[in-house]
Amino acid sequence: MNRLVFNQKDVERLEQQAIQIRQDVISMIHAAKAGHPGGSLSAVEMVTALYFHVLNIDPENPRWPDRDRFVLSKGHACPVLYAALARRGFFDPSHLNTLRQYHSILQGHPDMNKTPGLDMTAGSLGNGLSIGVGMALSARLHKQDYTTYVMLGDGEIQEGMVWEAAMAAGHHDLKNLVAIVDCNGVQINGWVNDVMTVEPLADKWRAFGWAVVEVNGHNMTDVLTALHTAKTMRKPTAILMRTVKGKGVSFMEDQPKWHGAAPTDEELIEAIAQIKEGGVV
Amino acid sequence: MGTLLATRMAFGQELLEIAKTKTDFVVCNADTKTCGLEKFGQMFPGREFSFGIAEQNLVGGAAGLASCGNKVFLATFGVFASMRACEQVRTFICYPNLNVTIIGTHAGLQVGGDGATHAAIEDVSIMRSFPNMTVVQPADAVSARALAHAAVDFEGPLYIRLHRNAVADIYDPETYQFEFGKARTVREDGSDLTIISSGILLKKALDAAEILKGQGVGVRVVDMATIKPLDEEAVLRAARETGAIMTVEDHTVLGGLGSAVAEVVVSKCPVPMELVGIQDRFGESGDPELIYRDHGMDVDSIVAKALALKARK
Repeated sequence: MNRLVFNQKDVERLEQQAIQIRQDVISMIHAAKAGHPGGSLSAVEMVTALYFHVLNIDPENPRWPDRDRFVLSKGHACPVLYAALARRGFFDPSHLNTLRQYHSILQGHPDMNKTPGLDMTAGSLGNGLSIGVGMALSARLHKQDYTTYVMLGDGEIQEGMVWEAAMAAGHHDLKNLVAIVDCNGVQINGWVNDVMTVEPLADKWRAFGWAVVEVNGHNMTDVLTALHTAKTMRKPTAILMRTVKGKGVSFMEDQPKWHGAAPTDEELIEAIAQIKEGGVV
Repeated sequence: MGTLLATRMAFGQELLEIAKTKTDFVVCNADTKTCGLEKFGQMFPGREFSFGIAEQNLVGGAAGLASCGNKVFLATFGVFASMRACEQVRTFICYPNLNVTIIGTHAGLQVGGDGATHAAIEDVSIMRSFPNMTVVQPADAVSARALAHAAVDFEGPLYIRLHRNAVADIYDPETYQFEFGKARTVREDGSDLTIISSGILLKKALDAAEILKGQGVGVRVVDMATIKPLDEEAVLRAARETGAIMTVEDHTVLGGLGSAVAEVVVSKCPVPMELVGIQDRFGESGDPELIYRDHGMDVDSIVAKALALKARK
């Protein structure tokens, strides 16, 4: 079973871990000279909570059939997932500096056959929730009690296929499926609700038969509570986490230009200093 | 011989039979009448999943199921599998190399009345361009049934192209065995030219060969049930031994069987070729036989084109 209960010590441990993950994200994108820092930084607390507390996984046996699944449907945010997998022991952290390089195990978007611990290939937006539906159906078919978590971006859910999958999850009553929407409010060309309005989000998910939990995605206690709550629901659950794109690095926060850009040497130093000094966001 | 059954129905019925004894595969449907697998859930509760009229979700869901170790069959019309869900097939079945068999029915011009929107005439070009994908097409009900058995044991992404209407059996069910990647010489009258066919038009190719024999033209007829990976050896033998190749397919001539054969011929053993198939036009409503004739895919046209091809040697 995955770990849902937590105490203050867990929260503090995870907050410290998140500081490390944030630095890894910035460092690997700097080394690659390309990548997507904004949507990686907004997801740090949730990915940390999942990989360092909640998920029932085994780094020694990454394809263990009974493990919990995590699908990063917003695949461009893979730096945060790669950092978590490395620090959790799925592969040596020295690989992080090979992001996007020729023959690296860390592709520009996730490749499940190249990176240990990845449950699914991703990168083309809008696809992950359908895949999560398939994983959740398989758990039921084989009477396994793992949970499938799918993380989506709030811009990503403009893709129609997301709602095909949302409909299917409600129809098939997939209580073992959790969608996590990283509502950082920014997509590549600006504010999400300027490009294409996605609100009212909670109403949309509820209308498709989901339970909805809304949470501050940068508060570790709130994130852990939301993950716990999701497991107690009798419906598929959508966690709508309100976040800040680029969180933790002042000059990246809320800035569409940091959706997909690498920091310079000077920006790297400034960003790492801010993350260390800022500590818990 | 003598029975008349569509390849899609033969395949679907056989898969239902196999499911009685083999329990380790599941079926995903998207509310179409494809090949009889709509009944799978009633016969095998829990092993069939409905995805509604949502083909992208159908393919994505199948990928998720396959990633957990399930052998998955999904069924929909070839047009929707290859185009509505094209990217899902490419990026989430082929790229991760998952064990999903895509059953694409209502192939080619045989859909008749339904017209262009439902006629899959580009699906082979699309599917064979994806790395890791295997593409097969049976010529009659006997080979479709045998293919069902082979598909259950197959590992990896597989596209099976099936036709809507009943066709005459060509093969003997007592002796026929399906083998991936192997062409089958169905008739050998001489070495004037080879007709390489895939799918139900094999019958027309054989009828044309019979007429040509009467006119003193010796034809080899090859059934290329597996379009990818192509049996290059069989193609090169045909090029070397008969010196001219005609391809016959119920599919656009842009990118299908004819192109696949030409890719081998042009680079390894150039000989005159003739590509019989749909002429870069959409399908339309009407009697399929009339539409085949319009595209030069009827028996008389095949005969005429074969004579012209022989003259080019």
